[in-house]
Amino acid sequence: MAEAKLAEKPIAATGAEVLTVKDLQAWYGESHILHGINFNVKAGEVVTLLGRNGAGKTTTLKSIMGVIGKRSGSIRFDNKEIIRATSDKIARLGIAFCPEERGIFSSLDVRENLLLPPVVRPGGLPLDQIFTLFPNLKERLTSQGTKLSGGEQQMLAIARILRTGARFLMLDEPTEGLAPVIIQQIGHTIARLKSQGFTILLVEQNFRFASTVADRYYIVEHGKVIDGFANSELSANMDKLHTYLGV
Amino acid sequence: MQALYAQLLVGLINGSFYALLSLGLAVIFGMLNIINFAHGALYMMGAFVAYFLLNLGGINYWWALLIAPVVVGVFGMILERTMLQWLAGLDHLYGLLLTFGIALIVQGVFQNYFGSSGLPYSIPDQLKGGVNLGFMFLPVYRGWVVIFSLVVCLATWFLIEKTQLGAYLRAATENPTLVRAFGINVPRMITLTYGLGVGLAALAGVLSAPINQVRPLMGADLIIVVFAVVVIGGMGSIMGSIITGFALGVIEGLTKYFYPEASNTVVFVLMVVVLLVKPTGLTGRAA
Repeated sequence: MAEAKLAEKPIAATGAEVLTVKDLQAWYGESHILHGINFNVKAGEVVTLLGRNGAGKTTTLKSIMGVIGKRSGSIRFDNKEIIRATSDKIARLGIAFCPEERGIFSSLDVRENLLLPPVVRPGGLPLDQIFTLFPNLKERLTSQGTKLSGGEQQMLAIARILRTGARFLMLDEPTEGLAPVIIQQIGHTIARLKSQGFTILLVEQNFRFASTVADRYYIVEHGKVIDGFANSELSANMDKLHTYLGV
Repeated sequence: MQALYAQLLVGLINGSFYALLSLGLAVIFGMLNIINFAHGALYMMGAFVAYFLLNLGGINYWWALLIAPVVVGVFGMILERTMLQWLAGLDHLYGLLLTFGIALIVQGVFQNYFGSSGLPYSIPDQLKGGVNLGFMFLPVYRGWVVIFSLVVCLATWFLIEKTQLGAYLRAATENPTLVRAFGINVPRMITLTYGLGVGLAALAGVLSAPINQVRPLMGADLIIVVFAVVVIGGMGSIMGSIITGFALGVIEGLTKYFYPEASNTVVFVLMVVVLLVKPTGLTGRAA
C-alpha cells in the first residue's frame, strides 16, 4: 500500500536518477534488518532518510556502501548494479561515506586522516577550498585525530571525503550530539556542497535540521520505506510525520 | 672488562634478531589479528634459502639478503591467501594453533631432509676479520648485523609511521571496514603485510646464518624468547617492539656477565613481572 502511494506521487526531478534502490534486503548475521527498501536519488539532490532509532536507515547506507555482508535486491548507481560489489569497488565508482561514529583514526594525525581516502576520480575539492569550509582543521593538522572536539571530528569526517572526487556523499547523522552553532555550520556546508553539484543522501534524527537542507524525504520504518514527500509538501505532511517519528 | 663488552655485543646481536622478529610479529598482529607462531619456522626458511642459493646456485650472501625475504615472503603470502584469511574474525586461538601447526610441519620437513645438526654458511669475504676498538675486538660481521638490523628496523618504522602507505596500514589496523569503504583493497593489503612481516623474519634468518649456522630448529629455539619479548614490549607499538628487542638482548648479555646462571631465564622473569604489573606490555595499548 505504502509503496503504491509512493509510486503515484511524482516528485519534481532535478536531474537523472543516480541511485536507484529496489527491494533491498539486508541481514546482520541471522537477523533480518531490511525487508525491501525502495527509493531513488537524483543528481544534485539532497535526500534525507527519516525514521526512528533502529528503523534501518544506517543499515541502508551501509548496504549501499557494501559493508553489510548479506544483502539482496538491487542497488543501481550510475546505471551500474552494485548489489554484489565489494565496498572498495563501490567507493571507486564515486560514492563516499561519512559514518555515524565518524570513524576518525586515533593512530593518525589530522593531516593523515584528511589525506587518507584515496582520490577515486578527478574533480575533488582542493585542500585550500576544504580549509575555507573548515578553517578549524587547518590549525590542528598535527593533532592526533581523536583529540579534536566532537564538532571538529565531524568536520574532519566530512572534509576527508570531499577531496576524493566522489560526487555522491552519504552522511549518517552528521549533527548527532553537536552544539547548535556547529550544526548550523554543517548545514551551511551541506548547502554549499549542493550548490557545487554534489548529490547527498542524508540520514537524520534531527528533523528540524534536515528540513533546512533536504529536497526530499523518505520515511523508513521496520526496514521498509513507508512514505516519501518533497520539501515543498512538508507542511501538508507534518501530522503524518509526527506519527511516524513519534515526536 | 673485555668479557663484559663481549657479552654486550652478543646481547646486541641477539637483540637485533629479537627486534626484527618481534617487529614482524607486531605488524602481523596489528593487521591480521593473528599471533604468528610460524614466525620462527619462516626465519629458519630464510637461512635455508640463503644456504640453497649459495650451494646450489652459487648466489652470494648479498643477493641472498634480497632474494630470501622475497621468496619466503611469497611463501607467506600463499599461506595467508590459502589458510590464514579464513580465520579473520575468529578468536586469536585459532590463528595461533594454525600457525603453530604450520611451524611444526615446516620444521618437520626440513628436519627430515637435513637432520638436526647445523649446516655451515661462511661469512662473506667483505665482512671477514675484525677491528680492534681499543677496549675490545669487534668482528666486522657482528658489527654489520647490529647496524644493518637497526637500519632495517628504523626503515620499517618510517614506512609505517611516516608514509601514506603506513597511514593506510595503521588506519586498517583500527577499522578495516571503513578503510575499505574509502576504496582501498584491504584484503590485498593484509596479504602484503603478512608478506612484509614474514620477509623481515627471513632477513633475520639470512643475517643469522653465518653466526649460528643453518639448522631446521634454529627458529623454534628463538621464537619462544621472541614471544616473551613481544609480551614485554606490548603488541601495539612498532618503535616499542624495536626498543624492547634490542634492550632485552642487552639485558640478557649483561646477565650472562654478572649472573650467568640466570641468563636463559631473565627474559621470562621480566615477562612474568610485566604481565603482573602491566598486562598490555610496556608500550602496548589496551586492546
